[in-house]
This record gives sequence, C-alpha cells and structure tokens, in this order.
Amino acid sequence: MAIDPSRIKRFEHGSRVPGWDDAVDLTKDPAVVPDPATTPVPKELRAEIEAHMAKYPDPRSASIPALHAVQRWHGWCSPTAIEQAACVMRLTPAYLTAVATFYDMFDTVPTGDNTIYVCTNISCSLRGADDVYAAMLEAAGGDPNFNVRGFECLGACDIAPMASVNGEYVGPLTRDDCKIIVGALREGREVLPEKQLRKRPLADTLPLEESGS
Amino acid sequence: MKLLFENFDRPGLNTLAVYEDAGGYKQLRRALKLEPADVLAELQASGVRGRGGAGFAMGKKVSFLPQGTMDKYLVCNADESEPGTFKDRELLQKNPHLLIEGMIIAAWAAGINRSFIYIRGEYLHQADILDAALAEAREAGYIGDRILRSDHSLDMVVHRGAGAYICGEETALLDSLEGKRGNPRLKPPFPALQGLYKGPTLINNVETLMNVPHIVEMGGEAYAKIGTETSTGTKVVSVSGCVRRPGNYEIPLGVPSRELIFGLAGGPPEGRTVKAWFPGGSSAPVLPGTDEMLDLPYDFDSLAKAGSMLGSGAIIVIDDSIPIVDVALKTAKFYRHESCGKCTPCREGTNWTVKMLERIDSGEATPMDLDIMASVQEQIIGNCLCVLGDAMAMPIGSMIKHFREEFEAHIDMRREENGLGAAIPQVNRGRHAGPGPMREPTGVDPTAVVV
Repeated sequence: MAIDPSRIKRFEHGSRVPGWDDAVDLTKDPAVVPDPATTPVPKELRAEIEAHMAKYPDPRSASIPALHAVQRWHGWCSPTAIEQAACVMRLTPAYLTAVATFYDMFDTVPTGDNTIYVCTNISCSLRGADDVYAAMLEAAGGDPNFNVRGFECLGACDIAPMASVNGEYVGPLTRDDCKIIVGALREGREVLPEKQLRKRPLADTLPLEESGS
Repeated sequence: MKLLFENFDRPGLNTLAVYEDAGGYKQLRRALKLEPADVLAELQASGVRGRGGAGFAMGKKVSFLPQGTMDKYLVCNADESEPGTFKDRELLQKNPHLLIEGMIIAAWAAGINRSFIYIRGEYLHQADILDAALAEAREAGYIGDRILRSDHSLDMVVHRGAGAYICGEETALLDSLEGKRGNPRLKPPFPALQGLYKGPTLINNVETLMNVPHIVEMGGEAYAKIGTETSTGTKVVSVSGCVRRPGNYEIPLGVPSRELIFGLAGGPPEGRTVKAWFPGGSSAPVLPGTDEMLDLPYDFDSLAKAGSMLGSGAIIVIDDSIPIVDVALKTAKFYRHESCGKCTPCREGTNWTVKMLERIDSGEATPMDLDIMASVQEQIIGNCLCVLGDAMAMPIGSMIKHFREEFEAHIDMRREENGLGAAIPQVNRGRHAGPGPMREPTGVDPTAVVV
C-alpha cells in the first residue's frame, strides 16, 4: 500500500521526529568569541570577572567564578549573561554554556529570586525530607519569586531534614516551618533564627532527642 | 582524645586572634625551622591515611611528587558532597586557620608554592569564613612570599564550586578547577605527576590536612600510637539518619562501631532496632545491623575485611521502620543524577538500576529483576574511569545481597496491591542473569511448548 506523504504528520521543521532540544537553535550563527565592541558588559561585572581571572595561573580557571558573578547580576545564566562572561574571558559562549549546564547551581532558565534547596537525599529522607519538600512546594504555591528545588545532599545531615534558604542552612524542619520560611522571605525577615546551622554547637554538647520523635 | 575538636566551640576560633591565642601557627614556625625532608619524614612516620574516602597514606602521596623547582600545586579537596558526610563543613566553619596552617606545612614538606582550596558551592557561609581567615593570614604574613622570613613562599586561592558531586573525585576536581566541566580523567598519569595545569599536584582532604599541624606538634611516632596499627590517629565521624543525636564525633580509630552509633549518637529511637548501616558514606556497601557487624572496630582495615569500607567516615543508620527498597531507590537516583556521563557503564548502569528499582516499587517486577540488577552492579564495578559508578554499585549490590528476602517480599506486596498476583518464576534467565541459585520452577513446566 502506497503511503501518501501529504497525510503524514510532520513537525514545523518538516521532520517526523521532534528533533533536537530547544537549546539547539540551528538558525543561529556558529558561536565565536563575542566582540567587545558589540557586547556591552557592565563595568563592575567586568572588574569582578577580571579580578577572578587574575587569581589563577590560567585565566580560564575563572569560568565558574565568572558564571557565579553573571548569575548574581542577571538572576540567571541567560544567553546575554553567558555572552558577557565569554566576552570578558575571551571564550566562546558555547564553552561557558557547556560549563553552566554541568553544574547544579547555575540556572539556565529564569528562576525566582528566593532560592530554597530542600535536601531530599538519604539521611534527610530517613527523617521525613520528602514530606518537608512537598510542604515547601505547597507553601511557596507556585509563586514565581520562589525557586524551590529538591537538592542532593547539602552536607548538613546533623540537622536533617534541612534546607538551604538563600544559602542559609536551617533545620531540623517540620511541615509548619515551611510556611514560616516562605512568610519570612516575603516580609524580608531573618529565616528561622533559632534553627540556623551556624549557631549549632558540637553534637556531644547537645541533649539526646526525645525518643519517638 | 581530641585533636581537631580541641577548643572547637570556643567563640571566635575562626578569627586569627583567638586561634593564635589557642596556640595556632606555632607548629608552622616550628616546621619552617626544620628541613622539608624532616617534615615529610614525620608525616610518613605518622602513617596518617587520607580522610576523604580512599584512605591512601598521605606521607606516601607527598613522596610521589617529583623533586625539582617546577611549579607544583597543592589542592585541598573541600568539595564534600558524599551523602551523610558533613565533617568538613563543621571543621571549615569553626576552625579555618587550622586548615590554612596545615596546608602551609604540607606545602613546605612537598616543595609546593601554589595552593587552592576547592570548596563546594553550596557552602556559602563556610566559604565566606574561609575567605576572611585567608585574608587575615595573608595580612599577618603567613601566606605570601618568604613566609616568616623563611625560604617558603605560598599563594592560596579559595575556589568555589557550583554543585557537582563528581567534582569531589580528584581528577574531576582538577578539571573543574581548570574551568572545565568536571569530568574525571584517565589514570595514570596520576595527579602527583601530572595534575593541575599538567603540573605535579598533591590533593588532600580537609581533615587530612588539618591533622598535619598536630603531627608536627606530637611527632609522627607519637601520633602513630593513637588508633590502631594501620589506621592511625583520630577520625571525625559524621553519624546521621535514624539516631537520636546526629552529629560529628571525633574518635580514635579502632573504637567499636557500636560505641559510635549507640554511645555517642544515642542509637535509634526507642522501640526501633538498627536494620542496616552505611559505615562510610553512601558509597560504602551497607552492613546489616547484626551484633557481629556492630561490634566491628571502626577503622580502615576491619571494615574492609567485613566487606565494606570506612570511606569518608560517615555512618548513616537505617532503622527497622524504613523499607530497604526506598533507601536503594534514593541512593541509585542520587548517583544517576550525579553521573557525569563520560563513561557508559556508569551512565547507563545508574540509569537502568533506577528504572529497575522503580519497577520493583511500582509492582511490575519479578524476582528475575533482582538477578539482573545484581549483574548490572557487577558489570559496573572496575569498568569506569572513576569510582562514581562503583559507588552506586557497591551499596546497591550489598543491599540485594543482605536483604534479598525483603526485596522479594516488596515485589510480591506491590504486585498484590496492583492485582497482578504472585510473580511467575522465570526460568529462562540467560547467560547474563548473574549470581544466585537457579530456582526450581513451581507450577510451570519449562519444557511445555507454548502455543
């Protein structure tokens, strides 16, 4: 039986398969090192990246610090942000994109300003982290200002279940704490001061937890 | 017996003034008056083994570095991401100067004049403390050219990572430090000969380097008397999971594991028993909570003999209320997420292990899946560039080995819930079916012709 080509469903680009990821835009020019004349970079940002480059024997070592810098500046590693870093470091944006997509802390899509990483790894999940993560998602309620993510081990299993709220480690958390955290961030208050990790003394000076908790 | 945790909760120990008041930087002065070879001899005599996971003797590692005046590098591995491990976080946060002092002495012993501290990106607070401590040390003349008017010059840079477990692997860490994606390299050449920027590189864990000033203070032989014959010194152990007082505890190596889990950490909540425990982070094969295993001395060799490892020194306790399948799934998902994708056995092995565990949990599995899963783990071990694949294969393989009955019961339970009924025993398991006895099929005639 002959196949009628006009009856075969096709994607916009003419193929029957969905094709590449959206990240690959085949209509774009091949990436080259951005031209400083046409790539404006804020002065402070340029100075920060150049200071990082000066610290290392090979300036390329500064790619992670540079991406941290542009992410802080732009809120996420946008194509513009990466182009600016590439312009200062004299690398192709493609190279820096490859680096940015490798590491978990670089956001290559726009995210909320308040970053909450809830640890859902082994030690925390043994103490109910999955519940806390669900409660945190619920508390943030899809608010675009919040970037709530389940994260791999954050290295604070002594306060499990815990979360990193804009870099501040807090725990052990309960479901109710999640609402308090989100509320505190909305009002610009300090997050759970009594549960911050930085205030915790050595474990053997602490009392044993009540059993059954 | 406390070395690293001495004066540990003293307020302001992270500042130079308090640290010097507590006797800080005295050992550096002493070490700089000695010849580098003498300092190295003390390190070798101490027998201190790496605290990061592999447990390789530090003195031996230093001695592998070539002599000469080429650029050599010291890298401190503070990319602590092993699930269950949080000792470096506390050490860095409360006593950063001890690390800096240890690094200066280690660099002196190895003839190194450039050093880096690779700290994981999530440790923002700790990295700030480290930056401040480094600035103070530089100001006081402990870092820079001709330290304390000696011949030793050292530059130090704090490098923040960005969230990748694999960057804790030494060669991946070097790639990441060079500004690349953190992919492990083929070894050899080992970093001691060709590491950072292709120069000879010494890589050590935070805790290992923090022991260096204490070794200089006590002398290598006196240090070697702490702990057991082959596992010398003290170890900071992170105990977490189902215990009543999770936290970091410093012990001389060789203490019974029971003392750590039940004595210091308070044991599991009342009415529960230890079902299994990871002795050395999530990469170590799990051990069952039997008396025999809990009485094991906590040192490198005893744990290795029992079929596990001390690893990074992180005990995760799993009590009897936790289904082992959940733990296996969490573990496998973690490694799937963190696999860098460079070599196939790890990239595919972690992925398929997760898929099979999900089959078990969703009720589609048959006991044959356990055999396949066990064989997948066997195919991963030893076949990758680095040990990330092995780090998943070992715990998962050990869980299937020790808790096979529970896995099978879980499979049956979930099948029942889905209304699928008991699994039909599979007879045609193929040549890759892996270890385990072939079972006599019940109720099925394997010779019957299927129409």
